[in-house]
Amino acid sequence: MSIEVNIDKFRADSPMTDFLRMERMPHIWCPGCGIGTVVNSFAEAVKKSGMDMDKLAVISGIGCTGRVAGYVNFDSIHTTHGRAIPVATGLKLANPDMKVVVVSGDGDLTGIGGNHFIHAARRNMDIMVICVNNFTYGMTGGQLTPTTPQTANASTTPYGNYEYPFSLPFLADACGATYVARWTSLHARNITKSIREALNHKGFSFIEVIAPCTTLYQRRNRLGDGLDALEYYKEEAGVEKDVDTREVGIDFQGDIAMGRFVKQDKPTYEEAVNERYANVLGDDYQLYGMSKPEREEKAKREAEDRAKMQALMDDEEAQMMAEDMGVDEEGL
Amino acid sequence: MHEVRFSGFGGQGIVRCALITGKALSMYDDKFATMTQSFGPEARGGACSSQLVVSESRVLYPYVTLPGVLIALSQDSYNTYEPKLRDGGVLIYEADLVTPKEDDGRVQIYPAPVTRFAEELGNRLFANLVTLGCFSAITKIVTPEAMKKALPGLVPDRFLEVNRKAFDKGYAYGLESLEKKPLVTGDAQ
Amino acid sequence: MRKTAADPKGVLEGSHFLDGDHAIAEGALAAGCRFFAGYPITPSTETAERFAERCPGVGGMFIQMEDEIASIAALVGGAWGGQKVMTVTSGPGLSLMMENLGLAVMTETPMVIADVQRAGPSTGLPTLPAQQDMMQIRWGSHGDYRIIALCPDSPQECFDLTVEAFNLSETYRVPVFIMTDETVGHMHEKVVIPPAEDIEVVERNYYEGPKADYRPYKFTGKDVAPMVKAGDGYRFHLTGLTHDERGYPHLTVEQNEKVVTHLIEKIDSNADKIIQLDESEMDGAEVVVVSYGITSRIVSRAVQLAREEGIKTGSMRLITIWPFAEKRIEELAGKVKAIVVPEINYGQMVREVERSAAGRCKVVSVPHCGGAVHDPEVILDAIKEASK
Repeated sequence: MSIEVNIDKFRADSPMTDFLRMERMPHIWCPGCGIGTVVNSFAEAVKKSGMDMDKLAVISGIGCTGRVAGYVNFDSIHTTHGRAIPVATGLKLANPDMKVVVVSGDGDLTGIGGNHFIHAARRNMDIMVICVNNFTYGMTGGQLTPTTPQTANASTTPYGNYEYPFSLPFLADACGATYVARWTSLHARNITKSIREALNHKGFSFIEVIAPCTTLYQRRNRLGDGLDALEYYKEEAGVEKDVDTREVGIDFQGDIAMGRFVKQDKPTYEEAVNERYANVLGDDYQLYGMSKPEREEKAKREAEDRAKMQALMDDEEAQMMAEDMGVDEEGL
Repeated sequence: MHEVRFSGFGGQGIVRCALITGKALSMYDDKFATMTQSFGPEARGGACSSQLVVSESRVLYPYVTLPGVLIALSQDSYNTYEPKLRDGGVLIYEADLVTPKEDDGRVQIYPAPVTRFAEELGNRLFANLVTLGCFSAITKIVTPEAMKKALPGLVPDRFLEVNRKAFDKGYAYGLESLEKKPLVTGDAQ
Repeated sequence: MRKTAADPKGVLEGSHFLDGDHAIAEGALAAGCRFFAGYPITPSTETAERFAERCPGVGGMFIQMEDEIASIAALVGGAWGGQKVMTVTSGPGLSLMMENLGLAVMTETPMVIADVQRAGPSTGLPTLPAQQDMMQIRWGSHGDYRIIALCPDSPQECFDLTVEAFNLSETYRVPVFIMTDETVGHMHEKVVIPPAEDIEVVERNYYEGPKADYRPYKFTGKDVAPMVKAGDGYRFHLTGLTHDERGYPHLTVEQNEKVVTHLIEKIDSNADKIIQLDESEMDGAEVVVVSYGITSRIVSRAVQLAREEGIKTGSMRLITIWPFAEKRIEELAGKVKAIVVPEINYGQMVREVERSAAGRCKVVSVPHCGGAVHDPEVILDAIKEASK
């Protein structure tokens, strides 16, 4: 079977033209991979948010998910392995007007980059981190990551995994993240909604998306193809409300608790810096030349924008519920 | 050129002594001064020292090699550094905390009860300024005017006045000591 | 490159009695650095402390990161966020920085890194001086690349050369190192900070043109493309992968050659403009002592003694360590009997001197283990021996 693809026509006609660097298509991801879903949902969320896309930066680490930064049409940096979060931290603090989003994989963010992850969460750094968790290092050939469930087969645990895995929502929560959610790549609409919420959230937000690596994790564990993975998510993933993040660990092919687990208001790193310095130095403190009244004005404007956006999202949800558009009833 | 070593135990303001003197010399006495100090865990408690090299032209070698002046505010520091003081050099020591060996005339010794004087002014923390007063009066390496100018920024503002008094107290005592025992200048200077 | 006077807000004009570490922080503020990310490590911490204390008053941001890997990573983000950025460290932290030094080199991100050297290997002698990282900064990150490194010998030069380091890093879009050491870092001397209008500062060269035409790179090997900053609508992309002029991955041998040649040539072809040397009594010298940093001050005394003994001794202080002054050394090697190279390591820069001299004169290494400076007599003996 061969499929005729007119790539120029695809590039010109795609609804993603504004969001992706179409000149870089086709991408490198395998058929059935879950990363594309996350990118689509991300683009959709940005579009719906109506935000100024010039003020959005996407930073990735290394690996399959690490390639996201190279495909999205925003200010973007494809960094070294595990270092997306500190690069994002630097960009955010140097240019506080930016909304900074890190998109990377489980191995990148919580293995080699684990230290940065916990400290950015601890500081409530105002960045969003989206982790595409496929339980494996895909680009290097299917090795064990900190999230690989016990007994699962990886190329470096050929007899099955014997390590205790991280449960990422629990890790993020314990470290101080102020927005924590988990979905699977089957739940595209929930991911979109969650990303919109996180875009509108002030502070460290963390979204985990369980996604299939068909080429390595699925195949090595004889779990079938991408469709089989989605079947599994359909069967075993369910929205849990008011669940304690200590209870959301994932066993091999076991239940997947989904939902927004944490949402709380807490001063961000920058707000804490501003408050402390202003308390001690008064009007002499002007970060990048911004005076106290200007800072207050900006904070007020941003709070209003957030409230407006929240109201809009609430309206949309109510409308969708009314029209029975198929959002999970227990949704967000 | 002069090489000066301040020594004592941690908490006596030994580093501050060299900072104040170095600042006074290089900013107000038109001299070149390079200050170094011992750092790290070794520098906390025990014998602690700070050094100054003073010159009419740019200081090249930054460390003291054979100091002509030693200030010793503790027995430990006296024991450690007195043997390294140049023959004919000047030793100013804390009269109540240091028991020197018998005076064999190798160096010129000037005892000063600087801690007692400081306590009379309200706090033993001012002992380092009393010491600096003595040092300035006896050695004449640095002028008292420059020393007083150097104080702001190096002692807390609220203690500026009492630190000046402490310096004056030490300076007066230093002059008295000199009257009793004039300094023989030579190699030491 | 647009040169302007410094922003008076960051300039602590006047005379001060400062140590080298503090002077570096003042140099950074004077040069317009408003973003510092670092991790405490002896003997460099005082620079971070000074910046932390001073930055809120001048409108800057300081963050203590979780480690040195994160610190230099934050600089990459900070620079493209639109700030002049710096960090400071010492041996063990420098080793951690090697990874993202490569990212900075590859993405041509301007930044200044001060290395206050202490004795290694590993934790070594944390509170004592050394000059053992000279080759690490040059070769320590994997792959072929060039950086610039300057070596101050006093607190005054810590200030002056930090300003210069920022100017060079903006001019060539390259990480620039201040290679100082524990002695200079902790030594207090008079530092004169001139008025802002007398401090020349190179402003970042920002692109101004149609957005669609913006290219973050040009691989000319002579100069660098202008930069943009996040949020201005250029939608730049950067990657540590071999890339094209748009910054997109372009993974071919040909492109790698283009990129790497550019990274090397943009420094090498401008070496004459970059290199600063401080030479004395070179005319008719039989022996020349080549040194840098704190060792140069010890050398001054040794050279004085040698001249008193009638040996015609010249002295060359390398203010710029990298790029190395190979042309000048080559030229000298044809004229003098010997070049003597004392350094607080077991022979690092002497290899560069040997390479440049290429057998035309004797090259004498005067090594010293980390933890202390040379005894001037040892250098004097080497000069005497070399003059025979």
